[in-house]
Amino acid sequence: MEQLKTIGRELAMGSQGGGWTGQSKEFLDLVKSIGEARSKAEEDRIILREIESLRRRIAEPDVPRRRMKEYIIRLVYAEMLGHDASFGYIHAVKMTHDDSLSLKRTGYLAVTLFLSDDHDLIILIVNTIQKDLRSDNYLIVCAALTAACKLINEETIPAVLPQVVDLLAHPKEAVRKKAVMALHRFYQRSPASVSHLISNFRKRLCDNDPGVMGATLCPLFDLITADVNSYKDLVISFVSILKQVAERRLPKAYDYHQMAAPFIQIKLLKILALLGSGDKQASGHIYNVLGDIFRKCESSSNIGNAVLYECICCVSSIYPNAKLLDAAAESTSKFLKACLLFSESHNLKYLGIDALGRLIKINPDVAEEHQLAVIDCLEDPDDTLKRKTFELLYKMTKSTNVEVIVDRMIDYMISINDNHYKTEIASRCVELAEQFAPSNQWFIQFSVSNNFTFQTMNKVFEHAGDLVNVRVAHNLMRLIAEGFGEDDEGADSQLRSSAVNSYLRILGEPKLPSLFLQVICWVLGEYGTADGKYSASYIIGKLCDVTEAHLCNDTVKAYAISAIMKICAFEIAAGRKVEMLPECQSLIDELSASHSTDLQQRAYELQALLCLHSQAVESVIPLDASCEDIEVDRNLSFLDSFVQQSIEKGARPYIPEIERSGMFSVSNYTSQHQHETSSHTLRFEAYELPKPSPTPAAPQISVSTRTTDLVPVPETTYYTENNQASKLQPVLDASSADHGIKLHLVGVQKKWGRPTYSASSSTTSSSEKKTNGVTHLDGVSLQSQGTLYDSKGQQSEKQKLAASLFGASAGKTEKKPTSTQRAPKANTATAERPGVARAVSPEISKQKAASSPPPDLLDLGEPISTTTPTIDPFEQLEGLIGPTPGPSTLDNSVTTSEQKAPDLMALYTDTPPSSSSSISSGLGDLHSADKNSPMAKNVPSIKKGPNPQDSLQKDATARHVGVTPTGNNPNLFRDLLG
Amino acid sequence: MIRAVIVMNTQGKPRLLKFYEFQPPEKQQELTRSVFAVLSGRPDNVSNFVEADAIFGPVIFSSLLFVSFVAEITKKKKQEEFKEGTRLVYKHLATLYFVFVFDSCENELAMLDLIQVLVETLDRCFKNVCELDIVFNFNKIYNNQMKTTVFMYVELGSSYVQMHTILDEIIFGGQVLETSSERVLKAVEEISRLEKSSSSVSFVPKSVSGRFGR
Repeated sequence: MEQLKTIGRELAMGSQGGGWTGQSKEFLDLVKSIGEARSKAEEDRIILREIESLRRRIAEPDVPRRRMKEYIIRLVYAEMLGHDASFGYIHAVKMTHDDSLSLKRTGYLAVTLFLSDDHDLIILIVNTIQKDLRSDNYLIVCAALTAACKLINEETIPAVLPQVVDLLAHPKEAVRKKAVMALHRFYQRSPASVSHLISNFRKRLCDNDPGVMGATLCPLFDLITADVNSYKDLVISFVSILKQVAERRLPKAYDYHQMAAPFIQIKLLKILALLGSGDKQASGHIYNVLGDIFRKCESSSNIGNAVLYECICCVSSIYPNAKLLDAAAESTSKFLKACLLFSESHNLKYLGIDALGRLIKINPDVAEEHQLAVIDCLEDPDDTLKRKTFELLYKMTKSTNVEVIVDRMIDYMISINDNHYKTEIASRCVELAEQFAPSNQWFIQFSVSNNFTFQTMNKVFEHAGDLVNVRVAHNLMRLIAEGFGEDDEGADSQLRSSAVNSYLRILGEPKLPSLFLQVICWVLGEYGTADGKYSASYIIGKLCDVTEAHLCNDTVKAYAISAIMKICAFEIAAGRKVEMLPECQSLIDELSASHSTDLQQRAYELQALLCLHSQAVESVIPLDASCEDIEVDRNLSFLDSFVQQSIEKGARPYIPEIERSGMFSVSNYTSQHQHETSSHTLRFEAYELPKPSPTPAAPQISVSTRTTDLVPVPETTYYTENNQASKLQPVLDASSADHGIKLHLVGVQKKWGRPTYSASSSTTSSSEKKTNGVTHLDGVSLQSQGTLYDSKGQQSEKQKLAASLFGASAGKTEKKPTSTQRAPKANTATAERPGVARAVSPEISKQKAASSPPPDLLDLGEPISTTTPTIDPFEQLEGLIGPTPGPSTLDNSVTTSEQKAPDLMALYTDTPPSSSSSISSGLGDLHSADKNSPMAKNVPSIKKGPNPQDSLQKDATARHVGVTPTGNNPNLFRDLLG
Repeated sequence: MIRAVIVMNTQGKPRLLKFYEFQPPEKQQELTRSVFAVLSGRPDNVSNFVEADAIFGPVIFSSLLFVSFVAEITKKKKQEEFKEGTRLVYKHLATLYFVFVFDSCENELAMLDLIQVLVETLDRCFKNVCELDIVFNFNKIYNNQMKTTVFMYVELGSSYVQMHTILDEIIFGGQVLETSSERVLKAVEEISRLEKSSSSVSFVPKSVSGRFGR
């Protein structure tokens, strides 16, 4: 540093000789003084002075261009240090217009750093970018592409898109590469505007420059993430590329630290992990090359480990293969055991823990041998590693070890300051406590687990009260009110009195989170006097203290006053006299004059209640009725006699809103909107008009009767997919999509295209069933609803099964350690019972996934229904029942998805026999018509494709592409599939 | 996707900031400060990774967006995947922190190596990467000073620009573009060669005459 300063000084002296370079000397001085600034304030002073002088000078007329360049750079520098340089933006924009490469590049650099993509000045740059993209100088093109990437927004994409697409065929590979990336960026910004160009990515995959190919993997990765099924056909291509890379067929220049193009390998592995996930057939292609990489990979270099780690991720994501899993487990243990061998052992441990977390989902036994390593990581000073380990623990939590893990988590939670992570870990604790406690239905476990959950929640509240979700508080209240089972009132009341005891104790603490106070108030109000241990006045006194001591917000006050009201009510109902404590009276007075109307009302209610007769009070606030459902008499039947009397006295009868003429009733409209499931009135008729448009959408279909059959059903299909959504929306969707096809609006079509196709084709299958009779809309919808309920029933049955499994395993854990100190042992104990673990863990993941029951139905349902219309339904369905691969790849517990699949299949297998005779002719037409269509070239690919479902899916998408003639498709498919 | 590249010194002063999703200057400062707060609290000999969800929040501009037109359920799943998982990898060299911030679509170790690529390239381009080199290439200028004073100061500003150039050759729009420092170097040299030739033709006379005119 000292030396550098000297150099700087010498420089400064040296430049004094040439006075005409003064400008740059200033810049040099600036940077030097910034570097030497002792404090932030000093730095700010310097920069502000600098900005002032720049503001003055940059506005001078006729600044030489090169000097302007320097000003701009100084502005960039000033802005990097956090100061506003917006006055110079326009000059940076002007600089991009310059002819000189160096100035243009500086201009582009400055604008990309200065401007957001919705800045007003962007419009001035678009034109320049357009021009530069056509430049002969490839460096200018590159600079323009870089700027386009950062600055072009959704609206301006069309302006530069043609040029960028042209650049995909540029002779310089550097330009091609950047053009692919720019197109990718456009896609990220607005998928619709470039969706018709997606085939270009596939084409560039075959570029003869490996760099361009590597660049193409980025957009393809994103595309595949969004929609796996359309790209299943590329599995073989990707595998062969990966193989070539791994076998070092690429030029030496792509080697990095003795690894062959590791970044390309990593990207490919990520893509294959997506494509192979839950797909046995696709995974089959991948196994070999993964095995090769495992064998060849150097684990001595950083990048080698990166590839290995990616391999493990891939293995854990695709359809499981025992051999590969072993290899992955072995590499994982290498990571974990990398203690002193490498200087960066922590990085490897981190990856090892992460990999373990992935493998454990497939095979819970993997963790067994690494118990100690995991515990080590938990004790590690490295925070990142610790968190990763907690994540792992969270994943491997079972009813047997939940106490230890949650204890650990809470200890850690208390020790950290990071609010974000505190929240996360608190919610995890609560989740685990909620998830595991109720599953312990065993009598002996009962109170223990109750108390455990309760204590966990209390701790969480005490230490992270302000951070947890309100829902958690409500859950806690419900837990105390309901207990865990109906069988054992004794345990429940025990829990309640222990809750009251501990809360009364906790109230003594100086500072409590408001959410926790709310819970305390509620519990005291509800159960404070229940066991007769504390007198009403004692509890009321405490509650009054709450409002005073914790200068709290209105919500807590409201809770407190309600609690007081409840206690008074219980007392009055029990026939005892309530004597008003002075502090309570003053509280009521205070609140009745409160600014909050809510508090006022509560206070007045309390006062009114005190004057009521004991019987009336009892019916107003019954004892321990918090869990009872309040039945609302919607028809207000108790008023009937009163109404009758009035009418007899000559009052006019009430006319319902609907029957009043000449009035548009909003409420009627909305209520109907909700009940549309069964009744279709206004709404449907209005939207039925555009529906015949499917006919033009599939012009090859000659049988017109069939197409009219298609018409009414789409909304029901949607309805099954999207249980909760209102039905209005889907109708809109369907019709707009149809229009899209008719008009050849590229963006719209792509966006809505797939659902339309699948929907209409599934329509065929469901309406076919009805061809014997009349196509009853209601019938179909009812039927599909039935399907839904069936699967829901299954779901709840599974949950029951899970619960019983948990119970069984919990029975074995009576001797489990409860203290934190014995944590390692406890974990080992868990691992020693692999049988239990294996039985339980799929169910755990099941339970975790249970929050979203519709997916399975959707995922499996969609491809099946797509199948029916295109090819002979019999063969197709038979084929499907066999493999049941399904794109429900999301669920990592493969067993579950397999269990579920046959049932759903069964539902569908009912369909064809009844309909076969009547459909077959129509289907034949469909099929042959399909062959005549421009996409008939796809047929070979269907045959080649390993999985009938996938290829059909692909066919469906391909047909979209086919409708918009990009002209490149035939070549593309030939390229890719040989 | 890579979300940001931050180079700062061990006092937390930024030396190079590059955000691949637009952040206003104030936000950039705030992010840099929070990153520094995390890094400065980390002991030596720990891993180079930090989970940065708390600092950078959900991914604004990533694969999330495409998911919009896929089936509802896939969307949910993806959001779960992408929402969290912003991480950063850092490398502590001399008086500098090199920090890459990225989302769950990238491999941590690979990012660590990418930092290595960046540093190697800078090293080869500027001969010695130390703090001041990030803004100015003092050594190089010192040598050049003996030859031509005029070019020296042109160089001065350029080296800051050149850092950006190098970075642009390695990362493009948040994606890894090039991982061989040799090829990056070649590209950068090509750029400066062409820049010089074009500026010597069209520029020096004008600016010189402009100065003499004073």
